[in-house]
Amino acid sequence: MIKFSGKSVYKGIAVGPVAVLKNNDFQVKRAKAEDVEAEIARVEEAVEKSQEQLGQLYDKAVKEVGEASAAIFEVHQMMLEDDDYRDSICNMIRTEQVNAEYAVAVTGDNFSEIFAGMDDDYMKARAADIKDISNRLVRCLSGQENMDFETMEPSVIIAEDLSPSETVQMDKKKILAFVTVHGSTNSHTAILARMMNIPALIGVPMDLDEIHNGQTVIVDGLKSEVIFDPTEEERCEAEVKIQNEKEKLELLQTLKGKENVTLSGRKIHIYANIGSVSDVGYVLENDAGGIGLFRSEFLYLGKDDFPTEEEQFQAYKQVAQMIAGKKVIIRTLDIGADKQADYFNLGKEENPAMGYRAIRICLKQTDIFKAQLRALMRAAAFGNISVMYPMITSTEEVLQIFEIVKEAQKELDAMQVPYKVPEQGIMIETPAAVMISDELAELVDFFSIGTNDLTQYTLAIDRQNERLDDFYNPHHKAILKMIRMVTENAHKCGKWAGICGELGADLELTEEFLKMGLDELSVSPSMVLKVRKAVRESRVGVN
Amino acid sequence: MKTFNYTVKDEIGIHARPAGMLAKEAKKYESKIVIKKGEKSAEATKLMAIMGMGVKHGEEVIVEVEGADEETACKEIQAFFEQNM
Repeated sequence: MIKFSGKSVYKGIAVGPVAVLKNNDFQVKRAKAEDVEAEIARVEEAVEKSQEQLGQLYDKAVKEVGEASAAIFEVHQMMLEDDDYRDSICNMIRTEQVNAEYAVAVTGDNFSEIFAGMDDDYMKARAADIKDISNRLVRCLSGQENMDFETMEPSVIIAEDLSPSETVQMDKKKILAFVTVHGSTNSHTAILARMMNIPALIGVPMDLDEIHNGQTVIVDGLKSEVIFDPTEEERCEAEVKIQNEKEKLELLQTLKGKENVTLSGRKIHIYANIGSVSDVGYVLENDAGGIGLFRSEFLYLGKDDFPTEEEQFQAYKQVAQMIAGKKVIIRTLDIGADKQADYFNLGKEENPAMGYRAIRICLKQTDIFKAQLRALMRAAAFGNISVMYPMITSTEEVLQIFEIVKEAQKELDAMQVPYKVPEQGIMIETPAAVMISDELAELVDFFSIGTNDLTQYTLAIDRQNERLDDFYNPHHKAILKMIRMVTENAHKCGKWAGICGELGADLELTEEFLKMGLDELSVSPSMVLKVRKAVRESRVGVN
Repeated sequence: MKTFNYTVKDEIGIHARPAGMLAKEAKKYESKIVIKKGEKSAEATKLMAIMGMGVKHGEEVIVEVEGADEETACKEIQAFFEQNM
């Protein structure tokens, strides 16, 4: 039994097997091959093993997602059998006398580049498939344990740290808990864990080399502890706690279908924040009144190129339709700072949080922005979609956005496709926007206060810097005063104001927010019912 | 040598799955089967080379079959194209 403590970001408990997530970039080293034929034999062996894995994946996928979606694994099998691909690997081993891993990695890069350079979106996307099969081969060759989420049984994910794009790609049903060595309570992984209702501990001083897959572990978010190879007694204790938590959750379920209304009759909207189409399930499950923040970044992250207008349109439309007429507020591209995608070529910045990001990229690279706006307006014809713009600091920016929206409209007119200009609001997440919220309120339809960035900019505290967690006071008076001011300015112009940052879910502040008169709180799906409970128990306005 | 011309009906052109199936199919014959589009050409047994030609919907390819079993191979491959591309 080995015990560590860390910082808890979601107070739940889980017991299960460990899955260690090692750094995903395989550092393939070039080495001289002593026995060329032996290296080639290793390739053959790895291909066979990969084929077997792909066969299993295919069978499983057919059962779970149907034959059409499973076909990708069949295609991977076919690609592995390609003569040119295989010849290239073997030739490289023979002529350059290099190790199999290196030959596979180089061949994979070469072939995927050919596809990436084609003038056809479908073929471009195949570049990723070739990288995928090459990575699979390298993993088989180097005996690296395969972090295959498709075949993995539900596990506790243990990692040094997790990047937003890594977390985006995980199959949420397979994750019992997260435990990371690094990270801060405000990192994206932490936010994700809260959203998924998954126990998570960060800042746990463990040595990944001493932990192996399959080991049993207890993650206790209540005690902020993680226990590897627990004793029978500890295990029983954990099971009891899990049971208690479950009962608490069931109690919350009884709040489903109930109104968000205080004892005095004051109502407030409780919406959910989501980051991908598949999260809509959590929104419905937790009975949220709508989606208050739909982060559109998932369409851009973990990709090799910009998503097409059509791809975006389909995703937005799907969400709007799945939620059946309820409001969906989609935030336009908020990339930059800690959320990066290579193909944007944003370059290193001294101070990324205050750098070239979000609306700033959109206003400079208007082609990217217009493609998204067209997709959004087209999707708005199919549901109750609102759009909001992040990182606003001035009225000029808003006016500039409106000009670009008009241009996008003209393009849609020319294309003669159905569209609708949606309700348009802005995020209030810079102190500048707070100070001029009276002027901004005249221009836009609504405000959504992004408390995470607003707090970071106001307190001058970097969200990602774990050493600053002690200085970080989310209840700082400055922030609360700002929220009050923004809400009042919105109401003066007959507009509505909500919160979509983490603070919106802070139950210690629900009462305060009701007093301030906020119209909406958008929180993680898992917090919707908890906030509803707090609202229904609130005595605000009761004499 | 036998040849036939074929105009691709599939909406996404010759994509990964049919190209893979064609490669499998083509390996059954002794004859050498080559697909040509303009100046580009690829052996039918080579999935990535076929995909690399980037044949789109509505484009025409010429298929050349040459070898001992070219008679049957050509007929069968043509039927395969009709059914899958």
